[in-house]
Amino acid sequence: MTNYKMKDIEGTVHFDGEMATKGFYFNKMCYSFNHEENRQAFRDDPEAYMTKYKLSEEQKQAVRDQDINRMLELGGSIYYLAKFAGIFGWNMQVIGGMMSGRTTEEFQAYLDSQGRGKNNG
Amino acid sequence: MAKIIGGITTAHIPAIGVAMDKGLENEPYYRDLFAIYPPIREWLEEEKPDIAVLFYNDHGLEMFLDKKPTFAIGCAPEYENADEGWGIKPIPPVTGETELSWHIVNHLIENDFDPTVCQDIKVDHGATVPLTLLWPNFTYKGIKVIPISINCERHPMPKPSRSLAFGKAIGDAIRCWDKDSKVVLLGTGGLSHQLDGPRAGILNAEFDNWCMDKIVSDPEAICQYSNVELVEKGGAQMVEIAMWLAMRGCIEGEVEERMRNYVSPISNTAVGVQLLIPKD
Repeated sequence: MTNYKMKDIEGTVHFDGEMATKGFYFNKMCYSFNHEENRQAFRDDPEAYMTKYKLSEEQKQAVRDQDINRMLELGGSIYYLAKFAGIFGWNMQVIGGMMSGRTTEEFQAYLDSQGRGKNNG
Repeated sequence: MAKIIGGITTAHIPAIGVAMDKGLENEPYYRDLFAIYPPIREWLEEEKPDIAVLFYNDHGLEMFLDKKPTFAIGCAPEYENADEGWGIKPIPPVTGETELSWHIVNHLIENDFDPTVCQDIKVDHGATVPLTLLWPNFTYKGIKVIPISINCERHPMPKPSRSLAFGKAIGDAIRCWDKDSKVVLLGTGGLSHQLDGPRAGILNAEFDNWCMDKIVSDPEAICQYSNVELVEKGGAQMVEIAMWLAMRGCIEGEVEERMRNYVSPISNTAVGVQLLIPKD
């Protein structure tokens, strides 16, 4: 049988078939956040909304804890997590900091430390 | 016959679209990034392409995990954009080009590529940000667009060599289309970035610049890397180079690199922009 296993990369959860299976309902909930009425329904009653989308208890707890790395481990895809983050007004630098254990300012500084080609700012 | 007049690589970062909405192009943070676009727009105004074949990846506006095509081609007269959930302002519909879309589909299937065919899809920032950058103030309405998406979200993704071959087959289809149309290619996304996990924020300017060199001179060299090796080199979303490879694959033979810009980071991403002209 072909070996499909992907090489481990530290600090990275490869979003593959196994993770997509695990995270399907979680991601489906976040996909629903493309619509404002669904974002509002989640804001109004997150517990009911998570139950409606059949999240596991572990996934619900990760949401309650706002633990994005845990959401990734439980099958969350960053594409849909971005929509989840949007509800809280978190942009990519905010959640980048949350996931890498930095403040937003530290995360920005980390990005900038690797930068190139900005001569005017 | 239809003619490919050039290929453009560009980022499709949402923050760039937001910056344009807010008129921040001359702010220090964005100035060096936006500097490349006026000369490219001038080139587009001089060359006046009729059609843009645009390679992008859908980020969960249209293609959720329930039905997620590896390669998909739009065959619609029009493509709507919509709310993506985190605040980018939707833009009015993009005009399609059904005749060439169907020609590409027919040609591909005849030549052993079997994409998903989409007669009604919404396009997300992956397509709309590049269109807005290249044809601002809604002037993208004047160009017909064929959106072609490649799965860059969920593994397994097409191997880099396969995206290059996909582009080659599409280039052949364009060249044998019996219409005197000028076609510009857009390869969007990339370069190094990782949005997710404890490793979020990694960038790799050296590898990005190597990729930009190879996109010009030797795209096959990029295909020596598997997708997981690309992730290791340039972060989880480095795999978006698939769209650059497909774009480059469309062009037969050598290209002249007319323009290049590399600015990093914008948002969490390294932005590479190139204008490539086929050497006939």
